[in-house]
Amino acid sequence: MGSSCGRVCWKWRSPLRRLAGFSRLLSTAALAPQICVVGSGPAGFYTTQHLLKHHRLARVDIYEKLPVPFGLVRFGVAPDHPEVKNVINSFTQTAHSDRCSYYGNVTIGKDVTVKELQQAYHAVVLSYGAEDNRILGIPGENLSGVYSARAFVGWYNGLPENRDLKPDLSSETAVVLGQGNVALDVARVLLSPLDILRKTDITEGSLAAIACSKVKRVWLVGRRGPLQVAFTIKELREMINLPGTRPLLAPADFTGLGDVIKDVPRPRKRLTELMVKSALEKPGEKEAGRWASATKEWGLKFQRSPLEVLSAADGKQARGIRIAVTRLEGSGESARAVPTGEVEELECGLILSSIGYRSLPLDSAIPFDPKLGIIPNSLGRVQGEPGLYCSGWVKRGPTGVIITTMNDSFDTAQSVLEDLQTGVLNLSSSKEGFKSVRSILHSRGVHPVTFSDWEKIDAAEVARGKLAGKPREKIVDPQEMLQLISH
Amino acid sequence: MEAVLDFLPLSAVLIPQKLASLATKKERGNIKQDSASMMARCAPRLIRPLLNGLNLGKVQSFQCLRIAEHSQAPASLQPERSFSSTHRLHDVPRDTGSADRVTVHFINRDGERLTATAKEGQSLLEVVVNQNLDIDGFGACEGTLACSTCHLIFEEDVFQKLDAITDEELDMLDLAYGLTDTSRLGCQVCVKKAMDGLTVQVPMEVADMRRELEVGKQSK
Repeated sequence: MGSSCGRVCWKWRSPLRRLAGFSRLLSTAALAPQICVVGSGPAGFYTTQHLLKHHRLARVDIYEKLPVPFGLVRFGVAPDHPEVKNVINSFTQTAHSDRCSYYGNVTIGKDVTVKELQQAYHAVVLSYGAEDNRILGIPGENLSGVYSARAFVGWYNGLPENRDLKPDLSSETAVVLGQGNVALDVARVLLSPLDILRKTDITEGSLAAIACSKVKRVWLVGRRGPLQVAFTIKELREMINLPGTRPLLAPADFTGLGDVIKDVPRPRKRLTELMVKSALEKPGEKEAGRWASATKEWGLKFQRSPLEVLSAADGKQARGIRIAVTRLEGSGESARAVPTGEVEELECGLILSSIGYRSLPLDSAIPFDPKLGIIPNSLGRVQGEPGLYCSGWVKRGPTGVIITTMNDSFDTAQSVLEDLQTGVLNLSSSKEGFKSVRSILHSRGVHPVTFSDWEKIDAAEVARGKLAGKPREKIVDPQEMLQLISH
Repeated sequence: MEAVLDFLPLSAVLIPQKLASLATKKERGNIKQDSASMMARCAPRLIRPLLNGLNLGKVQSFQCLRIAEHSQAPASLQPERSFSSTHRLHDVPRDTGSADRVTVHFINRDGERLTATAKEGQSLLEVVVNQNLDIDGFGACEGTLACSTCHLIFEEDVFQKLDAITDEELDMLDLAYGLTDTSRLGCQVCVKKAMDGLTVQVPMEVADMRRELEVGKQSK
């Protein structure tokens, strides 16, 4: 394949463009690729950004199931991590491009099918992420007091479907199953001083519930050891320094680790060193003072795998969890936890399973691998489906931070651009884009929410937030959102 | 033909640098080099940008601030920003002299050399944003140490002379792809006069590596 740059190839593909003026009239309408992106989170927006930047004529329409955009940036990133949400500024700029349109309140697979989108657009990119979570698959999982971390995060972040979660925060001890960044997020929100939380964009309802919370102690329980924790150092450091709390790290879990990590890559090494230091070294004076006066605590329990959630006398409420003690086979990232036969019980009234998000199949016509929870693809091209692409978590699996998704989305966009260049995507058939989708939606009684509609909702949230000293007060009822924009 | 570009000012941001009260040892030079091949120029992109395309907007000039060591900062600081999407750009005032202008070269992922003149005191992120340099996805978190997209690779001798790296920067750098012994985050490195003629490398990303592997496989 030649390495000629896009500019040269573009001129090659459209000899008509050489005729000034006349060619512009004839060629532009026929040759402007119409592309649609399903999902308005980071994957959707970064894919769109890359397409618009690297193709002068492409039009991209972004569809979103909720009235409001931005996906996990709005509903996943913790309220006390506002800097991470700065990417919204970049996405907003993209949405303002005259070659980009946002259509919220449209559920692909229900209001319009993927096949119908493929008839309207030259290329369809599926970037709808992971809306579900992995289940524990243990008895008692459905008892009151047991929730997925995903639902809990959705609850405090104002995700409409989780607004009525009403988590039971009446017991002193909470157990989080999993040791990733989401686990740390939920532990931190449970234990953060209210002064900090009340200045964030955490929802009013969840703040009120947390203000009445009795939770004093949070255990993060993992099947494997300290060398396999999935959280990252910035989040761990934040937890260690959380005002009003003290860490509970068993020295026995960390003795001797310092030697083991001498040659591991720097990120793992520094992360482990921080845990080891916190567990084994005498704290400095200030820290010792803080820990001594702390009213809340959090800790890490390793090599414990959940077997069963135990119920209280009424048979409905969780009162504890039975866990198997494991040992490790192998080492490093690929170590496996194997039961030893020993079993323990941990008393707790709140259990949050934080073992991973999970994608769902959108439309029965789209290939989906239920085992891996992804759409089968190669470099973002959906297998066996020309013109169909995917990016983000639904392509790779539900892990990674925004930069991971950014690169992945650029990668998929690159595949689309290549296919445009080489003619795999046939531009000679002109596509109507939103024009045809609009009539389909109209006939089904669906009213899309535009980006400027979102900006009205945004302005209302910011105004309400200002009254409460918060960056915004999120509206959690989709009906209220639609009423605000008179739909 | 340049399209009309709508500049959105990102007004002065404080870089919230949470100092860890724990790990006090500053790590320098004790970094495992993950992949020497990251330094190599990557294959030219199949499609080069046709336009300057979308811009992050201009960052108003600000000093590289470091928050005092004794700051009792809460879990995370809210950077002070007033961001309005309807604001048009107001230009950073141009200096009359070239005295505090510093030339910086960025070697992009496709090998292209992008040259910019920077003002002393600007961070390299500001330089990229203000000069609209065509580097995909650079500076996602707008200089708040919440991502690693402004990761840059320096020459050894320049690297050694940079201001000491903090734990907060190291924490984010740890997540960067293609980390090297001479990597830093562009938002934390401020331009000095002595850096005139500086050349930095924009690292390849994992997606680029995977693509190269795929292309390599197919051509066999």
